[in-house]
Amino acid sequence: MFESLTDKLQGVFKRLRGKSSLSEQDVNDAMREVRLVLLEADVNFKVVKDFTARVRERAVGEQILEGLNAPQQVVKIVSEELTALLGGEQAPLTFSHQSPTVIMLCGLQGAGKTTHAGKLAAMLRKQGRNPMLVAGDIYRPAAIKQLEVVGEQVKTPVFTMGDQTDPAEIAKAAVDKAQRYGNDVVIVDTAGRLQIDEALMDELRRVKAAVRPHEILLVVDAMTGQEAVNVAKGFNDALEIDGVILTKLDGDARGGAALSVKTVVGKPIKFVGVGEKMDALEIFYPDRMVSRILGMGDVMTLIERA
Amino acid sequence: MFKRGLFKTLFQKVDQLVTGRGRIDEELFEELEEALIGSDLNIHTTIRVMEELRNAVRDERLKDGQDVKERLKTFLTSALVSGEGASPLAVSPQAPTVYLVVGVNGVGKTTTIAKLAYKLKREGNKVIVAAADTFRAAAVDQLALWGERIGVDVVKGREGADPSAVVFDAMQAAVSRKADYLIIDTAGRLHNKVNLMEELKKINRIVMRDRNNRPADETLLVLDATTGQNAVNQAKEFKAAVNITGLVLAKLDGTARGGIVITIKDELGVPIKLVGTGEKPEDLEVFDPSAFVEALFEE
Ligand SMILES: Nc1nc2c(ncn2[C@@H]2O[C@H](COP(=O)(O)OP(=O)(O)OP(=O)(O)O)[C@@H](O)[C@H]2O)c(=O)[nH]1
Ligand SMILES: Nc1nc2c(ncn2[C@@H]2O[C@H](COP(=O)(O)OP(=O)(O)OP(=O)(O)O)[C@@H](O)[C@H]2O)c(=O)[nH]1
Ligand SMILES: [Mg+2]
Ligand SMILES: [Mg+2]
Repeated sequence: MFESLTDKLQGVFKRLRGKSSLSEQDVNDAMREVRLVLLEADVNFKVVKDFTARVRERAVGEQILEGLNAPQQVVKIVSEELTALLGGEQAPLTFSHQSPTVIMLCGLQGAGKTTHAGKLAAMLRKQGRNPMLVAGDIYRPAAIKQLEVVGEQVKTPVFTMGDQTDPAEIAKAAVDKAQRYGNDVVIVDTAGRLQIDEALMDELRRVKAAVRPHEILLVVDAMTGQEAVNVAKGFNDALEIDGVILTKLDGDARGGAALSVKTVVGKPIKFVGVGEKMDALEIFYPDRMVSRILGMGDVMTLIERA
Repeated sequence: MFKRGLFKTLFQKVDQLVTGRGRIDEELFEELEEALIGSDLNIHTTIRVMEELRNAVRDERLKDGQDVKERLKTFLTSALVSGEGASPLAVSPQAPTVYLVVGVNGVGKTTTIAKLAYKLKREGNKVIVAAADTFRAAAVDQLALWGERIGVDVVKGREGADPSAVVFDAMQAAVSRKADYLIIDTAGRLHNKVNLMEELKKINRIVMRDRNNRPADETLLVLDATTGQNAVNQAKEFKAAVNITGLVLAKLDGTARGGIVITIKDELGVPIKLVGTGEKPEDLEVFDPSAFVEALFEE
């Protein structure tokens, strides 16, 4: 059975019942457990190292709050720091004053870009906007058809020029058309690519230059392992992304990639994908993500239950 | 063999760590551990390996970083190979040979099937693929386009149709068209979705019913090489549902990770059979542990 962080810490702290503050030794012992929990959740090892160092610094000597025991105090500090790291504030989409707002999706192969282009369109339509989807993946077999099917599901027009036109040109033409037809948001789907694929990364730079997106969103699979930092760094270096969509959170991955991505590029996670259907898109809540990464139900209620 | 071998970067890193190091200190252990974790090796496997390393260093008084490295190699290799040679894809004594391909969403199932069909076809076989992903948008079109591209027949289901019915049709077609191989594509599904795993069991039952209760000759689980610790859960759950016989590690052309497969081989005994190294039809390699081990140790 899965042992929660509090349980693990309970073991570590058995010997220091009734202490009023955390000693260096206590905190070091606790951080070993915290490190393990974070690594199990796929948080990048370098990120873990920095994080535990920072928490250690803060926790040593800290007074144990009334009503809490030492493990709970540590969990409290850890979850507060994690929440702060993941971004306390909600990060909404940026809309342009001048229509249309251009949103561009990018990411590794199979991360969920095309699906999330559709989900975003559905969400925007619900908000009374009039989006247009753009088929900018000219490589994957039936990528255009996939977007067309998705577009039909969410009742949103799909702009395509087939698979023989350069994606930058397609995006440009789509924005022109949106202007003429009064579509106020243009969502550009792009082909999956590795961040180390120079030619394809350059293509994204050209798409960006052609349409100057107001939002470049990196789509990241929540099951991603240690590589997440390189992915985030690669795409951010090339494109200067504005935010992240974390997908497939309906699975049982703990999603430590979220923390890695946020720490490395400093851009907010804006949405999470929680299913294959078009309504399975949610706003990102840092505290929920923290509970998930730590493998605990709701950290705060756990602490309060004390 | 591998464009960017699994663990190549790991061992390059280890080499860097041990060269010119006079003594084996705590710092070296820590860095080795980080190198293992960095390759997505399962965290518990990592801890066990490190414990064995420390014991070896203490008990045998290893003094040299190179010795430590050798020890590490031995352990990882034995976990991965465990005595066997290559485990090629099983072939049915009586055609058609049936392969069922499963995995979570977006890992590379459909593309792997296209590549595998292409390979088998080039080896002179008649291959049929079944597009039994009737759920995802244009999944059938995707496989159909691949079929056209590589010249392989595709048995299609209509979007929304029962995937088992497509599999049933495909089994019939494979026999009547005298195919040597039938490869079945399935919809991506997360292993924690009970109803979708039930659907997969049903597909499996259809395959078995048609073959005197024999399951598919291979039930291949495709894993994305960039997946972290969750891959173990995926392997466990799919194995419990349809008894997977082999792994395909797709997208290994990204930076080399995929360390998690060592744990899967070690704990669940499921061998890696194929490796995907790109999006082109020829980007599929048969996984040969001994060649792999050589590549692993390539200086
Ligand atoms: N369970 C689940 N599946 C998802 C989610 N988002 C996407 N998927 C599935 O993941 C698979 C890949 O999604 P796509 O939208 O095709 O991914 P992509 O990034 O466009 O892929 P490429 O264009 O090939 O790079 C599909 O099977 C989707 O249905 C999610 O939040 N949850
Ligand atoms: N770089 C790279 N990309 C790959 C590889 N295998 C598959 N892909 C890409 O990954 C994406 C998803 O591949 P699919 O074959 O559609 O994956 P799937 O598992 O069938 O996806 P679903 O059916 O949606 O669950 C596509 O863009 C493929 O081109 C590989 O070995 N290397
Ligand atoms: Mg796509
Ligand atoms: Mg597929």
